[in-house]
Amino acid sequence: MNKTTYQFGLNTFGDLAFKDDGTPMTGAESLRQVVAEGQLADRLGIDLIALGEHHRSEFAISSPEIVLGALAATTRHIKLGTAVTVLSSDDPVRVFERFSTLHALANGREEIMLGRGSFTESFPLYGYDLENYNELFEEKIELWEKLLAGGAIDWEGKFTQKLTDTTVYPKLPAGETIATTLAVGGSPESIIRAAYYELPVVIAIIGGEPVRFRPYVDLYHKAVKQMNKPELPLGMHAHGIILDDEDEAKKVGWQYIKAEMDRIGIDRGWAPMTRDRFEFEIDKGSYYVGTPEQVAQKIAKNMNALDMQRFDLVYGTGGQLLHQRTATIRNYAQKVIPRVKELLGGAANA
Amino acid sequence: MPDLTIGILGAGKLGSTLARLGTQAGFKLLIASRRPVDQLQWVIDTLAPGAVTTTADALVAQADVIILAIPLSHYRDLDPQAFAGKIVLDATNYWVEVDGTVNEISDLTHSSSEVIQDWLAQSKVAKAFNHMGYHDLEIEVDRKPTLPRAMAFATDHDDIRPVVTQILSGFGFAPLDLGPLRFGLLLEPGSPLFGEAIPTTEFREKLAKIYDSTFGQKIIAARGNKL
Repeated sequence: MNKTTYQFGLNTFGDLAFKDDGTPMTGAESLRQVVAEGQLADRLGIDLIALGEHHRSEFAISSPEIVLGALAATTRHIKLGTAVTVLSSDDPVRVFERFSTLHALANGREEIMLGRGSFTESFPLYGYDLENYNELFEEKIELWEKLLAGGAIDWEGKFTQKLTDTTVYPKLPAGETIATTLAVGGSPESIIRAAYYELPVVIAIIGGEPVRFRPYVDLYHKAVKQMNKPELPLGMHAHGIILDDEDEAKKVGWQYIKAEMDRIGIDRGWAPMTRDRFEFEIDKGSYYVGTPEQVAQKIAKNMNALDMQRFDLVYGTGGQLLHQRTATIRNYAQKVIPRVKELLGGAANA
Repeated sequence: MPDLTIGILGAGKLGSTLARLGTQAGFKLLIASRRPVDQLQWVIDTLAPGAVTTTADALVAQADVIILAIPLSHYRDLDPQAFAGKIVLDATNYWVEVDGTVNEISDLTHSSSEVIQDWLAQSKVAKAFNHMGYHDLEIEVDRKPTLPRAMAFATDHDDIRPVVTQILSGFGFAPLDLGPLRFGLLLEPGSPLFGEAIPTTEFREKLAKIYDSTFGQKIIAARGNKL
């Protein structure tokens, strides 16, 4: 493992955005906006853009691979990922078909991030029982690993189809695979599962002091040793707004990030965010809201504290005006990423 | 009560978080789950150093206070005889992901903690640690806000109120006594108080208006004159 290679990505769930005059954009417009932003990120040299699937009114992206397909055809270098693909409520065979298609169109730039899903809408929507949440994931990740191995497979599961000597197409070119990572929230089991399946982990650190996840990082290292598995790079994902003016960034954060957290909280039993908690999240917690220098310092500090080699910034949370979204992307690419690399020790990418 | 031993049953997100807060606060803490003891120990050594892993049976036998951090629907697996004489803090909630789509355990006439109290008839049950998500439990203690966050509890046993209060404040919260266990319903999913991580004054304000909420109205409809 090359400790000095870092990866910086952008994430979005396709939050319905707003034009600069404040008019809300439709889902269709927001999707086209994400494609334009992905193209911009590619031109600016950002390593990856990853899209999350959601099935609710605030978000436009329910089929990330289609959006990634558009990006595959119009970008050159950027990795095209999901964050996340809710494997539990999907059919691993069809997921494989979509990603092996994307693999072809993107010349191997695709990445799938598997998760159990922290939103639950996809379960009733696709006819799955939420109460099998954990078992569904366990079984499907096993099938996914089998599909990735390639060739004809035999499979029999409890929640999935029986397959006998079946090949799934398009096949991956010999020696190639679909880069797969595992998204983890706060469950020790998920960390151990990642070590077991030899998957790189991305931890969603969206609240509180990031260093509170240190025990999970330690647990990962320990699990890897215990099971004699390879140590793979760890990553984190968090929300941010990067503007030249600190107060403006905070204002946008309070308006949009808080609003989105509160809206989702209604369904999930979270309480509305208090002002002191919001300020805490910016000062010491998990919101990367501020000037490029402030955000860079914070990212570097937390990547260091948690041994992270990958950082994914969720941009456009709660929608935001177009120029605010673009400013965050530009600042991230042009000022924050180079500065973080410098702060992390210069040696940067080999 | 310096020698109070707390046992946490369940080592998932909630159990391991509470174990960390408890050991951090200096309590003598046991934890058990369905995992083999040695497997759990190496997880706990990392997530909640200082907590001692044991079997569920040994934990129930040794602990003075037992915190339930298991799926609510597993309560019938608990042996009421083994629990006799124990103080039980019920941190469980009905959760569709693990307990099933249809709640056949509790309804608006009965708090789920009353169901647990009925099952563990010879124990003294308090509902506590249930209205804050496991992330918030940790964040709101560790960030040391100017005012500690209110942690509401409810119990039918006056003699355990001091112990419950001591534990909640020891863990880093401001204990808030709601009274009898039936009021524990006000802390369950669906209630405006569920998920709240706010200081006592604000919590009391919300509590005062609870029967104006849709949830409160449903309770009135279900419980009639006897709230």
